[in-house]
Amino acid sequence: MDLLLSSIDIIARWDVIAAIVVGSIGGVLVGSLPGVGAAVAIAIMLPATFMLEPIVGLTALLGVYGSSMFGGAIPAILVNTPGTPVNALTTYDGFPMTQRGEARRALALAYSASFFGGIFSIICLMLFAPILAKVAPMFGAREIFLAALLGIVLVVLNHRGQVLAAAMLACFGIFLQTIGLEGTGYTQRYTFGQGWLQNGIDLIVVVLGIFAISQALVLFLDKDKNFPMPTVGKKGFFKVMGELWVFRRLALVGSSFGVFCGMIPGVGEFMSQFMSYSYAQRTSKTPELFGKGNPEGLVASEAANNSVPPAAMVPLLALGIPGEELTAMMLAVFYVHNVIPGPQLFANEMDFILALYLCLIILNVLVVLFLFFATDTLMKVMLIPNRFLGMMILTFSLIGVYSLRNSLSDVFVASGFGVFGMILKRLDYPTSPVILGIVLGGLMEDKLRTAMARVQTPLDFIDRPIAFILFCMIVFALLLHGWTMWKARRGDTIDELHSDSRSEG
Amino acid sequence: MSDPHHEPHVFPLGRKPGELLFCAAFLIFAAAVLAMMSWQTSWLPSAGLAAQPRLWPALSLGGMALFGAILWARTFRTMRTPGRWQEAAQWMRSLEFVGWYVLYVLAIPVIGYLPATILFCVLLTLRLGYRSRLALISAFAFALFVVLTFKTAFNVKIPGGALYELAPEGLRYILIRYF
Repeated sequence: MDLLLSSIDIIARWDVIAAIVVGSIGGVLVGSLPGVGAAVAIAIMLPATFMLEPIVGLTALLGVYGSSMFGGAIPAILVNTPGTPVNALTTYDGFPMTQRGEARRALALAYSASFFGGIFSIICLMLFAPILAKVAPMFGAREIFLAALLGIVLVVLNHRGQVLAAAMLACFGIFLQTIGLEGTGYTQRYTFGQGWLQNGIDLIVVVLGIFAISQALVLFLDKDKNFPMPTVGKKGFFKVMGELWVFRRLALVGSSFGVFCGMIPGVGEFMSQFMSYSYAQRTSKTPELFGKGNPEGLVASEAANNSVPPAAMVPLLALGIPGEELTAMMLAVFYVHNVIPGPQLFANEMDFILALYLCLIILNVLVVLFLFFATDTLMKVMLIPNRFLGMMILTFSLIGVYSLRNSLSDVFVASGFGVFGMILKRLDYPTSPVILGIVLGGLMEDKLRTAMARVQTPLDFIDRPIAFILFCMIVFALLLHGWTMWKARRGDTIDELHSDSRSEG
Repeated sequence: MSDPHHEPHVFPLGRKPGELLFCAAFLIFAAAVLAMMSWQTSWLPSAGLAAQPRLWPALSLGGMALFGAILWARTFRTMRTPGRWQEAAQWMRSLEFVGWYVLYVLAIPVIGYLPATILFCVLLTLRLGYRSRLALISAFAFALFVVLTFKTAFNVKIPGGALYELAPEGLRYILIRYF
């Protein structure tokens, strides 16, 4: 009880409340804009949050992270274009429902399933928190190294059909973080005698280049899209939301998949959605209607994707390991404020962790209320032309890039990564492995150095239970991938490069 | 055994235009940076392997070269979609917008953040083909919103323009501080 009161005390401030409101409404707005997405918004907001206290900055970013998927469901359902990549499965059943004239029902089901997923996930994690606080201190340098390695391996392997590209780009990210003056021997690495490279390449500059500037360039090179706006109807959302009770089993199972996948670094929304959707289809009495406007598919997909963000905070807060690009960006906020996420934070500052979860509950409630009243207005936001949106993104991105150090070289580096990111996006190559490579690469280098100083033989590295389990998970993931590829090759059905979903976070 | 290239598939089986070009460029970059390793990184005789400054550049560049080479070979074997150089031309076209961006940054210390942002937004809107009054007013209003929010309200660290020095004493401080 004391813990709860202490957490409430942390967030009972006007600036935290303002951050929740701005973050959650901003998240819904950017989510509802096809072509923007949470990654672009967080990249742009990131430098601004450095001026704020950790709880305020993190709350604003959490607001965007947690609410963008709510907003992303609107264009997915109404115009068959997912607002964020993770709403892709929502289009399968959401849009056919709109075509049948059931747009409002589809939206209400998506909102209620997302709300259920988010709240379920937060409650689960609040209940798990005491256990996690006990387990987290058991993670030493070698366990954190292995968990980070597992994160990289899973991020790469989860890009089915693009594993080679993801591995190549993750290695590129790891290489980028090695540039500059290294901390042990104080030697230069790939600085070419240039002063501006001595401090390394700033993560924020890369993030803004790869996510924000690249997206603006992609939009500039594209044609504007004209969406035929459907009629949503006048029936109240409150009346339709109760229908979720009919699909409670799917919402519960989907949310559980979301919690499970969110907690494993590198897995995330896509895997949870596919697992949830497949489960729903397998257990449905009308599996043939999936993809043709079955509300079960819609509920399964939305409940699963929205339960991931709270769960994804677990590896970030407990171990300092981000599972995907959005949590990787949030890690930067922690470091800037000298709050080092990891076992110590989870063990000693549980009230801070609980405060973050309380913020997530508040933002979920706020977002649903906002959507009840503002959906019709949000539909108009989708009418902003794509290339005009690109101009807006480019203008916003300058604030982040230039206000960091007023450095022209940062602008050139960000522009370079912008072009690089644009090429990756046009080729449908994943961008998240680069960011995770930068963040996890530095962590792995540091932890391996610390861990190796305390082991005599390589086998000592995995002689502790958690280290051994993590090692087995890495080996299992690699063997499973190898086996899948071997099976596919025998069947001659999968082409590694071009066969599978090119889903990208 | 059936030929997968001739079976219908929800995703295109052929490589995307420009994919091989990108793979080749990336591979050349990885090989070039790898070749520089001996003079761009150090090997400390007294340190263990895990503490060597060269270890992680070697691992990462090795990975880039290895996975890049396999990817290139796999891409090379995949059915080609024509349009490689048209795609490369699109990549080059994006440099024009990078040029706009750099010009915008260069203009800030000279003419100031507010005038530079208004000019950038309005001129880029025109360049993108939006000529309506609504589009231009929106661009102007957006520029004003950005400056008032970030520079005036949040006091984000962006330098004042040299042009502001020409303003009268009292106004000069306000312009430099807030716009």
